[in-house]
Amino acid sequence: MRAADILGTAVGNAFRSRLRTVLTVIAIFIGAFTLTITNGLGTGINNYIDSQLGSIGAPGVMTVTKPTEVVEAATGPAEYDPDAASELDAQGPPGSTVQALTGADVSAVGDVDGVTSVDPIVAVSPDYVQWGAGDRLVLAVSEFASGTSIDLAAGVGFGAAADRLEIVLPTTYVEPLGFASDEAAVGETVAVAVTDATGGQHTVDAVVVGIQEPSLLGASTSISPALTTALYDLQSTGLPATAVGQYGSLSVHFDPASTDAEVQALTSELAAAGYTGTTVADQIGVFQTIVDGIILVLNAFAVIALLAAGFGIINTLLMSVQERTREIGLMKAMGMSGGRIFALFSTEAVFIGFLGSALGAVVGIVTGLGISSVLSNGLLADLAGLQILAFDPVSVGGVLLLVMGIALVAAVLPASRAARQSPIESLRYE
Amino acid sequence: MPTPVLTATDVTKRYGSGPTRFDALKGVSLEILEGESVAIVGKSGSGKSTLMHILALLDTPTTGGVEVDGSDAATLTGAQLNALRNRTFGFVFQQFFLTAGASVLENVMLPLKIARIGSRERRRLAMSALERLELADKAANKATNLSGGQKQRAVIARALVNSPRIIFADEPTGNLDTATGAVVEDMLFALNRDQGITLVIVTHDEELAARCDRRIFIRDGLIVESLASATTEGLAA
Repeated sequence: MRAADILGTAVGNAFRSRLRTVLTVIAIFIGAFTLTITNGLGTGINNYIDSQLGSIGAPGVMTVTKPTEVVEAATGPAEYDPDAASELDAQGPPGSTVQALTGADVSAVGDVDGVTSVDPIVAVSPDYVQWGAGDRLVLAVSEFASGTSIDLAAGVGFGAAADRLEIVLPTTYVEPLGFASDEAAVGETVAVAVTDATGGQHTVDAVVVGIQEPSLLGASTSISPALTTALYDLQSTGLPATAVGQYGSLSVHFDPASTDAEVQALTSELAAAGYTGTTVADQIGVFQTIVDGIILVLNAFAVIALLAAGFGIINTLLMSVQERTREIGLMKAMGMSGGRIFALFSTEAVFIGFLGSALGAVVGIVTGLGISSVLSNGLLADLAGLQILAFDPVSVGGVLLLVMGIALVAAVLPASRAARQSPIESLRYE
Repeated sequence: MPTPVLTATDVTKRYGSGPTRFDALKGVSLEILEGESVAIVGKSGSGKSTLMHILALLDTPTTGGVEVDGSDAATLTGAQLNALRNRTFGFVFQQFFLTAGASVLENVMLPLKIARIGSRERRRLAMSALERLELADKAANKATNLSGGQKQRAVIARALVNSPRIIFADEPTGNLDTATGAVVEDMLFALNRDQGITLVIVTHDEELAARCDRRIFIRDGLIVESLASATTEGLAA
């Protein structure tokens, strides 16, 4: 038999016992559907994290901190070092701190090979933002790092000149501040207030240059470096001299075209100098590892369902072989080789597998896209741009191949039983 | 003088061992000549079906050998054996072994499909075989919807579609009434007479056997008698 004839005959045979084939296909369908959905979840979340990467940091930027000294219980408390800078509250678990960095650290990091510039990251805590005589709103800001892309709903973003006092507000601030629309807010001047160490409140006027879509990291306000400096200077007024010039972390710039290996080399040089460098990719990598881990577990459940379906295929084929004993014997008597009989039955199994998985994938994709659009308008509306389920052709194709592979393995026992059948035994009758 | 197409030499066949041992054939030698019709006659359990299976190379003898066109069947590889069965032999069974759900045409095309003949040629050959058996109008019907005689004619069409040199028929009329059986017999003998196809018929039906050139009577695994029919005395001698 030619390969095309084997395929045609196998497909025909699969439909000969329609109910049985349909039931087996349903079993495979359930597994393939689940696997498509869980994979889609992984792809969707990872796509979203990737798209968020742009708004968190630009390539060529690294955050440098001094590692926290670990106090080991066995060796007792660490000895006080009067030269060490004070510890600052750090992001992370409550109570964790980092060693503060000083001007000396800034120049030390600047001396490391491959570092093009170092900017201390200063924490600015404005009191409020106000437009004209409108309501005063609490504000959390972060400094805009050049090269970062912001998902803008309106406006053009920060200009090239770094010395301008500019601000990009989140969409959620537009109405409360009293603006008619996102577009109306752009170009207006708002007042940002800070309190200094002595309790005096100061305001700085800033031009709204854009309205930002909320991101994974919340609705945050970005301010230009010049505005950051202005606010920081006002905020530090009246601080004792030792408290000025202490930073939680440094923003280190390097060649954005650096390869992973070069970034790795830079990180180890910083480590040798006693600093920890973390790129955005590193931070995102942690997220993605967690997401991938969860997806892997979900996929494992789907694969278990598929394995159960595999036994369904074995059962179906064994029954087919049993039913077609005479036919197999006849084909062998007519000179069909055992190998081709084997191919005939495995093709049937693979076809059943293909049917189930293709159906599962198609229904999975349709359902997934439906759920995804419902969720992004409902439960997940705050996370603009998140498609919780996304489907990538490679992973869908992978599901199809996996299921067909399982079907092929399942076919081995029944198909080899068919191939070994003796024509005389099969054609015996009383 | 016609040459022997099949030669069996001192063939034995033993099933099982020890107390359950059963000797189906106890040393059978025979020659089947090109173009003759031979009936292997015996009661059920006499070993006649076993002998046919061995002659058709569906089974291997315990001892002894079978030669096809003078070459020992035991030396053939699996692929050669399959090719030989496919191109040289045609089979007609008492139970028709038609695939119930498939059309008559598809059933008849099966040996051609196995022989890897293209689908157009396959259809042409199968239709001409069906025409010869006056079954062309039933080509598209499902095999289950045929009467017994039509089924057996479809089976004969399937057996001769590959233009075999030998047709093995195991009780070809066993499931048919007398009138239909006679029609099927006529067709088989017409193939033998007109196209020179060698016919090996296994039967317990004396009347059918009598129409063959030669009758080989088998009992308890041994040939007890070999008779040339009166009408064709000259050929067999």
